Amino acid sequence: MMVNAAPVLGPVDPYLIPALDGVAYGLLLFVAASGLVFCFGVANILNLAHGTLYAIGAYTAAALLDGGWAMLLVALGVGVVASAGAGGLLAGLLAPVARRDHLTQALLTFGVALAGGSLLVTAFGPDSLPVRIPAALDGTVVLAGHRYAAYRLVFIGVAALLALLLYLAVARTRAGMLVRAAVDDADMVACLGVNPARIRLGVLTAAGALAGAAGVLGAPIIGPAPTTADNVLLLSLVVVVLGGLGSVRGTLLAALAVGEIQSLGVALAPTAAPFLLFAAMAVVLAVRARGLSGRWLRLRPRLGGTA
Amino acid sequence: MTPAGRRWLLRAGVVGLLVLAVAVPWLVDTYTTSVFARTLVLALVGVSVALLTGLAGLPTLGQTGPFAAGAYASALVAVHVSSVGVVQVLTGALAGGLFALLTVPLVVYARGVVVLMITLAIGELTVTAASRWSSVTGGTDGLAGIPPIQPVWGMAALDGDQARYLYTLVVVGVVIAAMVMVLRTPAGLLLRASRDDEGRMRASGHRVTGYLAVAFTAAGVVAGIAGSLLVTAQQYVSPADFGFDVSALLLLGVVIGGATSIGGAIAGTALVIAVRDWLSGLLPGYAPLLLGGLFVLTAYLFPRGVAGFSTDVAGLLRSRSGERNGRAGRDGYDHRGGAPPAGVGAAGPPVSGSGVDA
Repeated sequence: MMVNAAPVLGPVDPYLIPALDGVAYGLLLFVAASGLVFCFGVANILNLAHGTLYAIGAYTAAALLDGGWAMLLVALGVGVVASAGAGGLLAGLLAPVARRDHLTQALLTFGVALAGGSLLVTAFGPDSLPVRIPAALDGTVVLAGHRYAAYRLVFIGVAALLALLLYLAVARTRAGMLVRAAVDDADMVACLGVNPARIRLGVLTAAGALAGAAGVLGAPIIGPAPTTADNVLLLSLVVVVLGGLGSVRGTLLAALAVGEIQSLGVALAPTAAPFLLFAAMAVVLAVRARGLSGRWLRLRPRLGGTA
Repeated sequence: MTPAGRRWLLRAGVVGLLVLAVAVPWLVDTYTTSVFARTLVLALVGVSVALLTGLAGLPTLGQTGPFAAGAYASALVAVHVSSVGVVQVLTGALAGGLFALLTVPLVVYARGVVVLMITLAIGELTVTAASRWSSVTGGTDGLAGIPPIQPVWGMAALDGDQARYLYTLVVVGVVIAAMVMVLRTPAGLLLRASRDDEGRMRASGHRVTGYLAVAFTAAGVVAGIAGSLLVTAQQYVSPADFGFDVSALLLLGVVIGGATSIGGAIAGTALVIAVRDWLSGLLPGYAPLLLGGLFVLTAYLFPRGVAGFSTDVAGLLRSRSGERNGRAGRDGYDHRGGAPPAGVGAAGPPVSGSGVDA
């Protein structure tokens, strides 16, 4: 079908597709970054290996997907289990330094990220790999007079469902209650008789599972390559910062904002686009060091308002 | 060993290392000499990271910002204005200092992990600017064809990796000596005190934010000088010199070295860069794996970095043999001498007082 000269939606029309891409990108970042948010907020860990967990999922997708639905399910299962396992392993590695400062944890997790990235490159090669999505989704649909990749549309649906499930899990389940409590006061949760080591294991495993799911499903959007881990880590960090902490809603808003900046920004302001993301982050942090949702890390509680 | 004996040993060690550093061009081939020159440059940036992370309590991932500003400013001066080293170093210092001065309001009101994030944003913005502003920076291709440097007016231009290495060594030495001297004045003490107990410093009338702003600007000047030296050492500059990986390696090198001491920062950064640049030549493809392993091991074995090595090893041995009683035994630290472990006392490692572990 021809894209006609008179746009269906008036002046908004040229930005419809980038905006929709931004939603897909943002939801992908939400699923990937929410794990990092919980690592930060609940287990109080600065996990610099988080991007590697995503990369494991993405490489699994590249290795297993063959264009059929069955293999998509298999890849999803394998990717989630592998990344969750890697998250659990990371929790085990972190156990001896649990009582140390963030910089030691950053050292450890960055070391794991370097080594893990190196192993992934050894296993899968230094090139970025193509990902074969199910044939049924490998086409385009027509949306308000534009062609749009069917996979992205389905991805938006699936990721929105995942976001909803995550929200319900945090808002309604006992584990979610503990997570919220731990964000507010980890010491008090420990006093209630909940083993901090077990919380750490649970959070890092869940974060791994989320990152793995994001990696498998998002591989057609942010594909497996040696730079993937760094890329996803940086974007997730930005989402964490913009979203504040511990609130699923704040993370979702931040992820969508980052997604829109990344794709709508290129359409609206091509020259400024590369700066927009980190400039937005710097401005938000300078104006409001607690992030968009109003809560940041428990920063220097002894000093009250100086943080 | 008595404290006096230890001090003499330390001095002898420093002198020995200096002699070795001067002898490098005659000991190794030219390629390795150029690797050493780059290592020196990055070690100087590491020192500025340590000044912020360890002494001021502002852990930074953004010193690549003033580093890049100094490098590009010096490169432009070298190409268009003057090949005199003094001019270029001063340009780098000025550019780095200005850069830091412009970004200082973003940083000094934050603490801990927020500083890491803000400085990360600053670093990333700088790299983006460096790769996009092609008319000035040459874009991702970088600036090449930088003419050989004359250290001072009237001197012959330096030719070859050996001469460039020695020039770098001299400038780095002078800058570090100046820093050590400044930090031995009450200025260093004020910085440490602000880091360790900000509330008390504020209560007693000290303007902590102002001190941090000065420290941040000074660190920018040092990083800017390093930028100028980078241009001299490799006669080429591109955005790849200032990426996230460089910031991360610098910070981790400083943490490995034990962020409180300048010597530790130099040793840590040098170790990390040497593993990256030198081992990657010997064992192609395995450098990230080795570097990752190094980081993991350091996190476990040396909670206070290489600088705390001897006390840590003593503590480890003692806890192994079970010779000490409970207090010094189980956690592997020697509580009688040296600095207490992270988060225990005021003299602990900087990061414990910086709010990073809040």
